[in-house]
Amino acid sequence: MIKVVLIDDEPLARSIVAEYLQSYSNIEIVQECGDGFEGIKAIAQHHPDLIFLDVQMPKINGFEMLELLETPPAVIFTTAFDEFAMRAFETHAIDYLLKPFSKERFDKAMEKWMKQKAAPQSTQALIEAVSAQQEEQHQVVVKTGSSIRIIPISEVLYFEAYDDYVKIHTKDGYHLKKKTMQHFENTLDAAIFARVHRSFIIQVAQITRIDSADEVLLKNGVRVPLSRKGYTKLKAVLGL
Amino acid sequence: MAAVEITQKRIARTYTIVWLTWIIVQSFILSYIGLGMKQAIIDSVVSNIFTAGLGIILYNILQYYQPENDNFVYLRLWALFLAVADITIVNEVLKYIYYDDEQYLKVLHQSLPIRLCFVFLMLAIITLLTWVQYYYINVQETMERNANTETMVREAELSKLRQQLQPHFLFNSLNSISALAGSKPEEARKMIQQLSDFLRGTLKKDDQQLVTLKEELQHLNLYLEIEKVRFGHRLNTEIHCDESLNGLILPSLLLQPIVENAIKFGLYDTTDDVLIEIYTRLERNELVVEVKNPFDPTTASPKKGTGFGLTSVQRRLYLLYARNNLVKTQSQEKHFTTTIHIPQL
Repeated sequence: MIKVVLIDDEPLARSIVAEYLQSYSNIEIVQECGDGFEGIKAIAQHHPDLIFLDVQMPKINGFEMLELLETPPAVIFTTAFDEFAMRAFETHAIDYLLKPFSKERFDKAMEKWMKQKAAPQSTQALIEAVSAQQEEQHQVVVKTGSSIRIIPISEVLYFEAYDDYVKIHTKDGYHLKKKTMQHFENTLDAAIFARVHRSFIIQVAQITRIDSADEVLLKNGVRVPLSRKGYTKLKAVLGL
Repeated sequence: MAAVEITQKRIARTYTIVWLTWIIVQSFILSYIGLGMKQAIIDSVVSNIFTAGLGIILYNILQYYQPENDNFVYLRLWALFLAVADITIVNEVLKYIYYDDEQYLKVLHQSLPIRLCFVFLMLAIITLLTWVQYYYINVQETMERNANTETMVREAELSKLRQQLQPHFLFNSLNSISALAGSKPEEARKMIQQLSDFLRGTLKKDDQQLVTLKEELQHLNLYLEIEKVRFGHRLNTEIHCDESLNGLILPSLLLQPIVENAIKFGLYDTTDDVLIEIYTRLERNELVVEVKNPFDPTTASPKKGTGFGLTSVQRRLYLLYARNNLVKTQSQEKHFTTTIHIPQL
């Protein structure tokens, strides 16, 4: 039996996928989920072979949900209208269904997935590409153990490189996320966050003092080193 | 209108050619009235180079300072003063060169009035041409600005349309209909009806139109019914409107973007069921509409709260009533409230 999970916040949108799947005798819908949190739980519990995933959902969107999974399952995206997401799907040859879709189109997507099942999907690369394209990041979603936290971007004091991870420092400690500094530099608003060093991106509003050209003091007492380029950049952001 | 590009280089070239021509012409005139050729050329060169220089200075000053229309008299006086100064100096220089040539000095003396007239005329022409150039550039800039404004207006129209017919809303509604068509064809038909009525209402009305509160709420209800089918039990709405308020007026299609914003804000910021409440009342001859939605204060960024929808509502009300304080937002614990005031004329 092939296990499938449906994740969409609109019940009717899930029901049409369920209806179309009825003609596949070897497929079982193990769970239907109304948001990403439920989705993560269901995936951890059932280890589905395939998920149908909506992009726009409450709290965390489809991509943010995938980001939190260690090994994302095969995905067929269902979306009504997300220009940037569609571009990303196309460049990564990942199938997606534009709502409303016909049974014929749905069958084609299933056929394609069955054929490709052996080959691993490039979901990871897709996630990278999509999150880099998102217009402006306004939250960071992190997972510690089994709990998920949504950190509004304004609460991030600074980012620090940490091997393959990035430490996201907030006033109550830090969270780890498997991302590159480059990724954050590209997606953050350059007027609010500045990459002042190879290993540091700081929120400009958190600066309390700049004593010399190689160090900046944050409001919480942390000293962050400045590179020569970072110092120039910081001066430009502050209008000095 | 074919735009002729006025470059500094082109002006300088024309200016030089005009003066060189005049130097030659004046030389011939002077020799015709009896001066020696060499004397005529030197006279012509000295006096005209001086005037040409003065013209350049005048031109450059006028680049930075263009007088208002009523200051033209003043400007002409200036040209006259410069002409007198010019002739005086040129006269002295030429007298110095040919101090011992009686005949030349006589010709020079006699031609002073005509020289003065000529220099004044030239300076006046330069002033006029500078003004024409300035005016021409001004007209070009205005035309460019107008073209830009037109594009902006068109873009605004387009974005207005797009905002009312959110593709997300449209395609997701169609998807719901598609789902219902298989299992509950009667409901599918009903939803098609609602969606059609809603779209017709949106297309029919224009921006300037004022409608009664009753009409506006009917239109809003169509929208809410569709959204409720999409989101199922998660979305609940309550509209509080006393019958006595039915006849109050407001700009058409004003409430939908606000409610849409509230729904988006409420539904996408929490995972619980959502209640959208709409209150209406009459307060000091203003219709007051309050739209209330739940939100999660721990994750909602304040920036998200005043979305694009509200900005455009604010803009519309400002254009209609010239007041900036007609849209207010407020967040209280877990509720976000948008309040709009519509003056009753």
